[in-house]
Amino acid sequence: MTEPTIFELSRPGRKGISFPAPDVPMAELPEGFLREKLPLPEVAENEVVRHFTRISQLNYAVDIGFYPLGSCTMKYNPKINEETARLPGFSQIHPLQPVETVQGALGLMYETQQWLAEISGFQAVSLQPAAGAHGELTGVLIIRAYHHSRGDTQRTKMLVPDSAHGTNPASSAMSGMEIVEIPSDERGNINLDALLAECDDTLAGLMITNPNTLGLFDENILQACQLVHEHGGLVYGDGANMNALLGIYKPGKMGIDVMHFNLHKTFSTPHGGGGPGSGPVGVTKKLEEFLPTPLVVMTSPGDEENPGFYDLVAPKQSIGRVKSFHGHFGVVVRAFTYMLSLGKNGLLDASLNAVLNANYLQSRLKDVYHIPYDRLCMHEFVTEAKWDDAPGIRALDISKRIIDFGFHPPTNYFPLIVPEALMIEPTETETRETLDAFADALIQIADEAKNNPEILLNAPTKAPFGRLDEVKAAKDLILKTQLPENYGT
Amino acid sequence: MYTSHTKADREEMLKVIGVETVEDLFQCLPEEGKFPELALPDGISEMEAYDELQYISLANETPQELVSFLGAGAYNHYIPAAVDSILRRSEFYTAYTPYQPEISQGTLQAIFEYQSLIAALTGMDVANASHYDGATAAAEAVNMAYHNFRGKRSKIVLSPSVNPQYRETIHTYMKGMELEFCGEDLKSESGPEELIALIDENTALVLVQYPDFFGRIYDLTKVSAAAHAQNALFAVHVNPIALGLLKPPSEYDADIVTGEGQPLGVPLAFGGPYLGLFATKKQYVRKMAGRLAGETVDKNGQRGYVLTLNTREQHIRREQATSNICSNQGLIALAATVYLSLLGKNGLQELAALNYHKAHYAADKISTVPGFMVNPVQLFFNEFVVHCPRPAAEINHMLLGHDILGGYELGRDYPDLTHELLMAVTEMTSRSEIDYLVKVLEEENHD
Repeated sequence: MTEPTIFELSRPGRKGISFPAPDVPMAELPEGFLREKLPLPEVAENEVVRHFTRISQLNYAVDIGFYPLGSCTMKYNPKINEETARLPGFSQIHPLQPVETVQGALGLMYETQQWLAEISGFQAVSLQPAAGAHGELTGVLIIRAYHHSRGDTQRTKMLVPDSAHGTNPASSAMSGMEIVEIPSDERGNINLDALLAECDDTLAGLMITNPNTLGLFDENILQACQLVHEHGGLVYGDGANMNALLGIYKPGKMGIDVMHFNLHKTFSTPHGGGGPGSGPVGVTKKLEEFLPTPLVVMTSPGDEENPGFYDLVAPKQSIGRVKSFHGHFGVVVRAFTYMLSLGKNGLLDASLNAVLNANYLQSRLKDVYHIPYDRLCMHEFVTEAKWDDAPGIRALDISKRIIDFGFHPPTNYFPLIVPEALMIEPTETETRETLDAFADALIQIADEAKNNPEILLNAPTKAPFGRLDEVKAAKDLILKTQLPENYGT
Repeated sequence: MYTSHTKADREEMLKVIGVETVEDLFQCLPEEGKFPELALPDGISEMEAYDELQYISLANETPQELVSFLGAGAYNHYIPAAVDSILRRSEFYTAYTPYQPEISQGTLQAIFEYQSLIAALTGMDVANASHYDGATAAAEAVNMAYHNFRGKRSKIVLSPSVNPQYRETIHTYMKGMELEFCGEDLKSESGPEELIALIDENTALVLVQYPDFFGRIYDLTKVSAAAHAQNALFAVHVNPIALGLLKPPSEYDADIVTGEGQPLGVPLAFGGPYLGLFATKKQYVRKMAGRLAGETVDKNGQRGYVLTLNTREQHIRREQATSNICSNQGLIALAATVYLSLLGKNGLQELAALNYHKAHYAADKISTVPGFMVNPVQLFFNEFVVHCPRPAAEINHMLLGHDILGGYELGRDYPDLTHELLMAVTEMTSRSEIDYLVKVLEEENHD
């Protein structure tokens, strides 16, 4: 059933909140600057709450069921993290308070920086970037600043594998880099010959994801990083797939110079329907001074009697600020709570189980779904959803049919190098029963694709909505509620 | 702790995979460095974790314990209980980007309503699904203007009274582009009309803040006309609460409106996550970065929503995209949506007026203290500059001794403003708190 928009629920004169009467005399209002028309809805609180509750129920979510969206690490979001982030001492402090009044917050940020550095093998971590793509922009600007500091302003070529996330080339382009795509080899690794061919004195660096977007650990990683370094470049690591590596391998030890983390993937903070994320950036020692402003430092370690003291500083050759204030602090509190809860063994256990679950699902499916690179995978894997005897069926149809089984579909059509890709990332927080039920569903769907394709083409039928007309949306371009002329007067 | 495999599960799963141990799954990783012993503590129970975090949080002093006059880009406003009640619905917060619209209509309709509310509030034709915060939204405005002229116009005119953190962010974002910035070195007291002489045929964008960083309200008619006379774009960065009272930027013919959405029901949370508002005219919709939800129908004719105009975005256009932005501030945009729905037209007008009156009461009172001055003819909204008889840092230090967060020391960004404090007053500031501040200032003056 179509839910009206909040504007359509409006009736003149209603409101959902009242404020106290002014306890001060009225000042003169600025004549000539006053607004005449404010076309906002007028709705009572109970109707507002019902409206948003009703639309919430049209969503699928991790708390409802299995959400194997590849590359997104849709793991369970622990409830304790929501409670700690809302503690008044965290949620109510102003970002410009004197540092002596926010030592708890700064200490927590410092500890988070230290934990992330230890997990990843980097020298220093900045919590400022707001999301993964924002971390990429930060990282590429750090690479640029490093080359410029050495007078190497001609180093503007960024190499990006063909399996990379779209944000990688976009972030590089935003930083003024020229992008050269590097193909993958037959085992899904970066092609070293193609890489070498692009290594010259204009090389700024390489942006690489490891495990890569095929879910494979890149077996050429050490040589690739070495080649780039030998030719004066730096290596950027896309940390989107860090959930495979906690306590397994430190990216800093692979030869990666700068990497972003996705706290909303690896460290269990909720995805919030598309954000907010958090994309801290870790760097090796030689890049530490280029990190964005501000960085939390411990100016005095403290002792048994006195706590340590923390301050915000600008690194000497900082690229500057990449957003206001100090990053997505509320997200950092959730991630810190998670790391503290799990500890070193729990973090290792998370990655071990993430990789176990992915390999188990891959093994259960590989006789029915073609796996283009038939190797052990890491935390996710990619299948090709096409069969010669099901010519009219596309990956999208399979995804829509999965909805009817009560699961969220995998990622479609990514990475671009696999035709009709279905990218499946189960995460560690799923039971074997769930994995089996999902595998059973996919096997049944493959059979339907060949013997009863109409079911797939008409799917989903058990969702609140049928397939939506995306062409119409782009053509009509209705991007807001259409209001009558006199609305809000 | 959040995994459920038993030993038996694990063994059977390994058997299906065809390896003996979980460690065998990592056989293609380099041996050296594999399975490092992390120098981190062991895990703890939920009870212990909560205690630990609570202990840490108590080392912070909140504006609830202190009387706060801090603003400067983040404001202490009341958040109606219903906002967090909706945010805590896990159908919203544990979902991801609505890639599958059939099972994501909650998120999509919320984004659509958010776009509608921000367009209505700013008076603009379209708003996107949000950016990370006000600073990055402003940076995206510069990026959009640069690309609008295909890099052929290289000058950006930036008012010195745009929040210094936003200006710094803009400079960082645009490092890779060859741009010339001017206007920032004008005197801090200069108004928008002093930018006019800087606008020329090479200007891509003129960016001002409204109310500006110092809380001041100016008529933007002339600067807007001057920008348009050179075919440059004109962008206005807003405080959304002020728009409950003041003319929207559309009435100054703004091409782009950006804003910090934090005042719309988002907790201070030490600076984030906040919300970057971004709206523009219809003719620039394809140049605008970020996600967009659009109305359509499903196969049964039911009205619904999808993400649209994806072809501008990085996952399709890669290095040709308008921006690298991938996410939006989903849940924070939802907070603003619920907040604006609750306040509505009447609530937002009432709130904006309350802020205005209280701030003017405070400014009047502070001006009565010898040595403290607030410009008596300057129009302002809920934030104003106080000239102090001594360096602002000294005054702040003294006030903190009385449990008062005094204001933002403008000398941190403007070297000539060493004696100036930027003070904000919202509906959360009571008359008695303002009177207390004034009493402390008077007493200290006598000592």
